[in-house]
Amino acid sequence: MNPLLFGYLAAAIIVFSALAVTRKNPVHAILFMIVMFFHLAVMYLGLDAEFLAAIQIIVYAGAILVLFLFVVMVLNIKEEMSGERFSSGWPLGISLAAGIFLLAIIMTGNVFPLGQQGIYTPALIASETHTKALGSLMYTQYIFPFELASLILLVAVIGAIVLAKKRLR
Amino acid sequence: MNVFAEIFRPGIMDFLIQTGIVLVKAVIVVGVLMLHVTYATYFERKSIGHMQVRLGPMAVGPHGLLQPIADFIKLFFKEDIIPAQADKPIFFVAPVISIFAGMTAISVIPFFNGFVIANINIGLLFVLAMSSLGAYGIIMAGWSSNSKYSFLGGLRSSAQVVSYEIAMGLSLVGVMMMAGSLNLTDIVKAQEQYPLGFFWPQALGFFVFLVAAFAETNRTPFDLPEAESELVAGYFTEYSGMRFALFYVAEYIGMIMMSLIAITCFLGGWNGPFAIPYVPFAWLLIKLYCFIFLFYWVRATVPRYRYDQLMSLGWKILIPLALLNIVVTGLVKVL
Amino acid sequence: MPEIFRTQLMVVLPETLLAVFAMAVVLLDLVIRKKSVLAGISIAGAAAVFYSLFYTQGFAFNHMFVADGYGIFFKFIFLVSLVLAVLLSNKYLSVEGVNHGEYYGLMLFATVGMMVMASASDLITVYLGLELMSLSVYVLAGFIRHSARSSEAALKYFMLGAFASAFLLLGISLTYGLTGTTSIGGVASYLQLHGLAKNPVLILATILYVVAFGFKIAAVPFHMWAPDVYEGAPTPITAFMSVGPKAAGFAVIGRVLLVALGSMSFEWSTLLIVLSILSMAAGNILAIAQTNIKRMLAYSSIAHAGYALLGVIAFSPEGLASMMNYLLIYAFMNIGAFTVVTILRTEGMKAEELSDYEGLSKTHPLLAALMLIFMFSLTGIPPTAGFIGKFYLFTAAIKAGYTWLTVVAVLMSAISAYFYLRVVMYMYMKEPAKQLEMAKSYGARFALLLTGLAVLVIGILPAGLIDMARAAIIDFGS
Repeated sequence: MNPLLFGYLAAAIIVFSALAVTRKNPVHAILFMIVMFFHLAVMYLGLDAEFLAAIQIIVYAGAILVLFLFVVMVLNIKEEMSGERFSSGWPLGISLAAGIFLLAIIMTGNVFPLGQQGIYTPALIASETHTKALGSLMYTQYIFPFELASLILLVAVIGAIVLAKKRLR
Repeated sequence: MNVFAEIFRPGIMDFLIQTGIVLVKAVIVVGVLMLHVTYATYFERKSIGHMQVRLGPMAVGPHGLLQPIADFIKLFFKEDIIPAQADKPIFFVAPVISIFAGMTAISVIPFFNGFVIANINIGLLFVLAMSSLGAYGIIMAGWSSNSKYSFLGGLRSSAQVVSYEIAMGLSLVGVMMMAGSLNLTDIVKAQEQYPLGFFWPQALGFFVFLVAAFAETNRTPFDLPEAESELVAGYFTEYSGMRFALFYVAEYIGMIMMSLIAITCFLGGWNGPFAIPYVPFAWLLIKLYCFIFLFYWVRATVPRYRYDQLMSLGWKILIPLALLNIVVTGLVKVL
Repeated sequence: MPEIFRTQLMVVLPETLLAVFAMAVVLLDLVIRKKSVLAGISIAGAAAVFYSLFYTQGFAFNHMFVADGYGIFFKFIFLVSLVLAVLLSNKYLSVEGVNHGEYYGLMLFATVGMMVMASASDLITVYLGLELMSLSVYVLAGFIRHSARSSEAALKYFMLGAFASAFLLLGISLTYGLTGTTSIGGVASYLQLHGLAKNPVLILATILYVVAFGFKIAAVPFHMWAPDVYEGAPTPITAFMSVGPKAAGFAVIGRVLLVALGSMSFEWSTLLIVLSILSMAAGNILAIAQTNIKRMLAYSSIAHAGYALLGVIAFSPEGLASMMNYLLIYAFMNIGAFTVVTILRTEGMKAEELSDYEGLSKTHPLLAALMLIFMFSLTGIPPTAGFIGKFYLFTAAIKAGYTWLTVVAVLMSAISAYFYLRVVMYMYMKEPAKQLEMAKSYGARFALLLTGLAVLVIGILPAGLIDMARAAIIDFGS
């Protein structure tokens, strides 16, 4: 990936994430999040993971955040904006987060030896296309986790209906 | 890392030439597209007029042929009204997103063998991703206008688009399985051995796609987000002048885009029963016009759905049908 | 096909079977009006799964899943807690007015998740099993939709659980980045081969794992959710999740910390010692202040997580076996105590306050006697099963050289006697203030009989159970 592109994307992702968290207007916050997801999708593209990039936009930007907007838009924005954005403990939270971040940098900087490499080099993925490589792995080596994930989704559907349906028999 | 070395690395000229070619292609496509959009409005009014035993526009030019241009001039010089309580940045951005989503999706459609702006591996997914973004234009317009009519239109639209997107994506999975690729050029080439394209083996998928396409473009019988009799004009009630025109254009671009996807994925793309010399995109255009006519025909014929009917159609009929289509396609492919 | 069937599908037969039963229950709910039938089907499913456990052996799905004695022992614990909780549920749900079939389906799904966790031999499987279990239990905690407390419990559990999952994922991704594999055996051998034991990244990952699993087993300082959730959730679910997810958390701790990060035993055992002492201290001391019996049992369950951690800290086969024993015993005695709470919940009476138990021995002598047994067992007084469990745990810890820690644990047990025996004191030494009714539920009575018998039988004849646990871990970590 071109380091210039990476630099821009990384900076944009950080800035838009920060904006998404700090906006008082929840609709604006979600819109910044969408912009952030777009940059993330481009990041995937830069890493030759084009399938993930498309899915990132279809699933996150196209479906999940639409539902978020749906919910947020029926809020009373004026009321939301008049309240305090953060609880009074935020300086503590930020310093804690910064501390953990520093700790992570100190612990992981220069001491992160690369683990063993699999058979999928960028060249192999490019020749086989990312979608195909991902698909064939998912349905052979990772079939068990894949099926488990489908069970999780089923539980989520049942749970959502149980908790939210207007009237159960 | 030397930044300048990175910018001016060898091969920069190649890069510029490539970019230039893409830009030229994009300009051509956008130009032709806008021309089509302009006259699609005229075509609609004329054909619906004749279906309802009226004449349609007749005053401007012979048979009203200059009507679209007159409309454009009128809209361009109209006052641009912005509601006082509107959320201005979002209000401004919304129509742009609507147009952008439709136009970007068209960039991966092959118009004839070898002519496509961006020949990418995940073409079909890209189209789905971009069409899902179209919803944002509508929702943002509805919310930022700070008007009840707009807002209801926006809410209806978000629910509708998200629901039908699933059915549409699933209906295209059959095509992906038949072609073994997501690249739209490969999909068209895979259809060459079928006399009717993927229309025949994927008739069920085509039906689901067609219904979902009507819903995605907010056309009758699924035009609830902009139902005049209930919501004035729906999500763009508060828009006027050029911004209104942008939404209008976006709707037609959406229609053309959906038609192009249907043609590329189900009807054999640029191929036809026999080759037409010198005009490689002739069949594509003919199919496109038929499709656009279908949109108008349905509008003049079918009454609007009620909202709960719309939702139950999407979730309880189309999605199961699309899933059935995938299962059958998979079984046929394995056996 | 038959080859695949034998080597792959047979290994996950119990999980598949239970998932099929879960889906069947959800579907049958549409046609069956009498929900007790669904409870019956769930129990039949659990029985069938128990039977199928004996036919599973070995790895499956590219080392994603392993059926070994260790996993099967834990699956037994989960099935026991599932059956007992289902027995309690039918009447209780009718009383609360939420007797829907999805309840049993979700319970079965949660058990599938736990079983996958116990048998996971890959970090991805660990995570997915954990999510399957957690999601089901979040919904179950909020199952009484019209009760604000139940909804609050679900929301709190969900928020903190999602947080814990994030920690787990971060730990997994760090491990993957370092070793290039997610297989538990693969991580262990890679770390051994490349001598990465003191790598700071790995230490960070270890901390993240301990935090994530600490949440799941409700160890202090990651216990904040437990009292509110245990109090708000439907009582049978409280019984279920005080045992099942906790045991599943321990099962995964065994797999991840003992096997994958076996070379990091100094680091994680240091962390776990802190967790264990804090859990025992905070759990037992805060339980004294509680007046609601569900909250009291919640704090007691925090303390019991602290005891069970001793078995992990010992880092020996003996410690592991005693931890497994303890969790099984804990399942019987804790669900037994919750059964008493459930059975006293009737249409007009909540019976969750300690003062409600005044003079229970006069009105319901048998129930009071059983509660006495459970309280003795939770304290660890012979001849009950709780004593046996603690005895083996402490022995294992002493043998591993943690005498001082054992002394702390014994002291904490002595403190716990105060609040457990206070319940007994209320029941036997006070005059009845309120007229309590027992719910007319044969299931709950049967569960009471089962747990009471189990606690006494294991307490008097522990040899069979001890041998079973020892036999179960012979092929552990291979």
